Amino acid sequence: MFSLQGRRALVTGASGGIGSAIAEALHAQGATVALSGTRQDALEAVAGKLGERTHVVPANLSDAAAVDALVGQAEAAMGGLDILVNNAGLTRDGLAMRMKDEDWELVIRVNLEAAFRLSRAALKGMMKQRFGRIVGITSIVGVTGNAGQANYAASKAGMIGMSKALAQEVATRGITVNCVAPGFIESAMTDALNEKQRAAILPTIPAARLGTGAEIAGAVVYLASDEAAYVTGQTLHVNGGMAMI
Amino acid sequence: MSENSIEARVKKIVVEHLGVEEDKVTKDASFIDDLGADSLDTVELVMAFEEEFGVEIPDDAAETILTVGDAVRFLEKSTA
Repeated sequence: MFSLQGRRALVTGASGGIGSAIAEALHAQGATVALSGTRQDALEAVAGKLGERTHVVPANLSDAAAVDALVGQAEAAMGGLDILVNNAGLTRDGLAMRMKDEDWELVIRVNLEAAFRLSRAALKGMMKQRFGRIVGITSIVGVTGNAGQANYAASKAGMIGMSKALAQEVATRGITVNCVAPGFIESAMTDALNEKQRAAILPTIPAARLGTGAEIAGAVVYLASDEAAYVTGQTLHVNGGMAMI
Repeated sequence: MSENSIEARVKKIVVEHLGVEEDKVTKDASFIDDLGADSLDTVELVMAFEEEFGVEIPDDAAETILTVGDAVRFLEKSTA
């Protein structure tokens, strides 16, 4: 079950905690993996750890031209693309009343617009080969909202809506488009929380702990697999029971 | 009809994309009614024409390309 032998995957944000766990899990199931991100050294380190069947394709997702070129680079490196994981994301938190235009725009551009541009580019090849898997890493706050994250929550909710629209457009071509919505996961993003914030969050999680990147990666592997062919337009919540939606 | 004529190139693309017999791809053949294309196929065809002929086909023009002959005429005009 869930073999990805022969599949070719592009993972954005692949040097981060969740992204590298996703790349590792796809690779462990047999996929060839193209790792993208802004930090070449960190990407090389992930590639070195995984060994064969890896490619490093750095890109700055706030740069539209770089985004538009990325899928072509991954396809050239791997001879095609079967799985796109839109994982890259950033935060610029602040209460809306004080939020700067740049912070709104950057978060939307990287988290949502880049995901659209990459999906649009990837769909071309996927349509031709009559197979494709697009998985967006959204967030629990895209569904529940979160004070101080109007931009981030909007980008993540946007990703869910976009995925549902894309899913309907390409369903007849063997292509599925889904999201995975992590709750609180151990990563650079949650490392930034202070002790007080952590202490406030834990009681709201029935599992009483943060999740791991590997637990997100498992959900991505499933959605990328042949076994998930009839699952499309969905959001799989992986959050220790924090929100049951 | 020479192999490199616009008509021949258009027909080749249609045969490849829609997986239909070559003799069915006449100039009068409608992509949707005669060749079994769905709306997504027509978008793919337009994109394939754009790539093959190095032209841009705006959406309002694409909407008027309903048959193989429509495509040939449009491309003959825009590549002339």
